[in-house]
Amino acid sequence: MTYHWDFHVVGQYLDLFLWGVVYTILYTTGSIVIGILLGALTCAARLSSWMILRSVARVYQELFRCTPLLVQLLWVYYALPLLLGMTIDNRAAALLTLSCYVGAFYAEIFRSGIVSIDRGQREAALALGMNRSQSMRRIVLPQAIKRMLPSFINQSVIQFKNTSLVSVISVADLAYMASVVNGQTYRPLESYTVMSLFYIAMLLPLTQAADYIEKRLQASD
Amino acid sequence: MSTRPTDTGPILQAIGIYKSYGPFEVLKGIDLQLTRGQVVALIGPSGSGKSTFIRCLNQLETPTGGVVRFRGRAIGSDFHDRGETVGIGTLRRNVGMVFQHFNLFPHMTALGNVIEGPITVLKKPRREAEEQARELLARVGLSQKCDAYPAHLSGGQKQRVAIARALAMEPEVLLLDEVTSALDPELVGEVLGVIRGLADAGMTMAIVTHEMAFAADVSDRVLFFDGGVVAEQGTAAQILGHPESERLRGFLARFHQ
Ligand SMILES: Nc1ncnc2c1ncn2[C@@H]1O[C@H](COP(=O)(O)OP(=O)(O)OP(=O)(O)O)[C@@H](O)[C@H]1O
Ligand SMILES: [Mg+2]
Repeated sequence: MTYHWDFHVVGQYLDLFLWGVVYTILYTTGSIVIGILLGALTCAARLSSWMILRSVARVYQELFRCTPLLVQLLWVYYALPLLLGMTIDNRAAALLTLSCYVGAFYAEIFRSGIVSIDRGQREAALALGMNRSQSMRRIVLPQAIKRMLPSFINQSVIQFKNTSLVSVISVADLAYMASVVNGQTYRPLESYTVMSLFYIAMLLPLTQAADYIEKRLQASD
Repeated sequence: MSTRPTDTGPILQAIGIYKSYGPFEVLKGIDLQLTRGQVVALIGPSGSGKSTFIRCLNQLETPTGGVVRFRGRAIGSDFHDRGETVGIGTLRRNVGMVFQHFNLFPHMTALGNVIEGPITVLKKPRREAEEQARELLARVGLSQKCDAYPAHLSGGQKQRVAIARALAMEPEVLLLDEVTSALDPELVGEVLGVIRGLADAGMTMAIVTHEMAFAADVSDRVLFFDGGVVAEQGTAAQILGHPESERLRGFLARFHQ
């Protein structure tokens, strides 16, 4: 059996794909930015001397790390409104969930980066008379950031792909648009192939950059 | 500064220092007086509490009992000075420390390591700090290595940078914890030479060391630690030349082979 590829039909919907690409990029970068803030806060809480803060942070992390993102999206969009007694916009639900999800993982990456720095570094900083925030900012963080960068980039690449799940709550990202085009054209092979090519075109440069950065960092050690 | 150094009385004084980790009592009432220009050597077997004690002096460890006094005033639990008590920050700015494992900042050059304290803590202008750092690095024989990162320095060079880093704060007291123990034998001499120079220049120091000949050479006083107490103390000649207790004789015998 020979299949007659027909990208022409699908090509007519190029604008839909491009809108999908825009949304995918927006949700990815938006959730990464909010996730970094959440992750930094959570990491600070995990490292604090306050037991309550540590536990709250821990519960948040495990909640989001031990349930699938798909389940989280469905729960926040369909279940949470019942608890709150108000509807949640699907785009808001998507951004919120994506951010909380990646924030939980970032927090762990940040935390393990910081605790991996030899305690002698902090002691040397304190012995010079630095206070805790100076020793963190000037001595520990610069070393920790370098060490955590590869896993941070890796998690962000995963986040880019995870964004495709928001299509299940009808957020018009690239994956959602591909299914719309498929519905219009009855051309699943072409629709989903074009979608895949878009993902590859966006992610390949990112993974290459990650490899490059990792090699550079290793060389500078 | 409001706190004028008092030339009478000790600069740094520890009175009845206790330290426990859980039920395990590491220090059982240690006293020490450091007067200006004095060099005190702390010797003793492994695990006797020398490091723990010297770290109590700059509050890297918080003693569970006793007081540390700086220029006659007690150290408080706050970072900043408060009323009559001296803040931990003030104490550490004036009491430098050199570590066994150097603890140089690997993301900074030798020069960067030395200017870090003056710039971040003392808020010195960068130019001034760099000028001072170059002088200090020259003094420890490393004027050629200003721009080298720690990873490209030998152990002896690293430790000399660490000494310069501590000196850049212009401390009144220097604490040294086995600063040659992590070095290859052939590199020990260059570091001891620098410390001997500091002693000759009148630096006040507390030195934990296993180099008995060096301790005899530079120190005014020697404290023998054993099981968390100072088991014997006196001049270097007394302690190293005419030890009284069986424990100290046994300890010293291990160095005369
Ligand atoms: N953070 C800690 N928690 C529990 N025990 C500790 C801790 N730090 C030190 N100790 C214990 O306290 C005792 C004294 O340790 P310390 O490092 O002061 O000895 P030291 O005289 O410096 O020995 P060395 O010559 O080997 O350096 C040791 O038995 C050590 O195991
Ligand atoms: Mg020790």
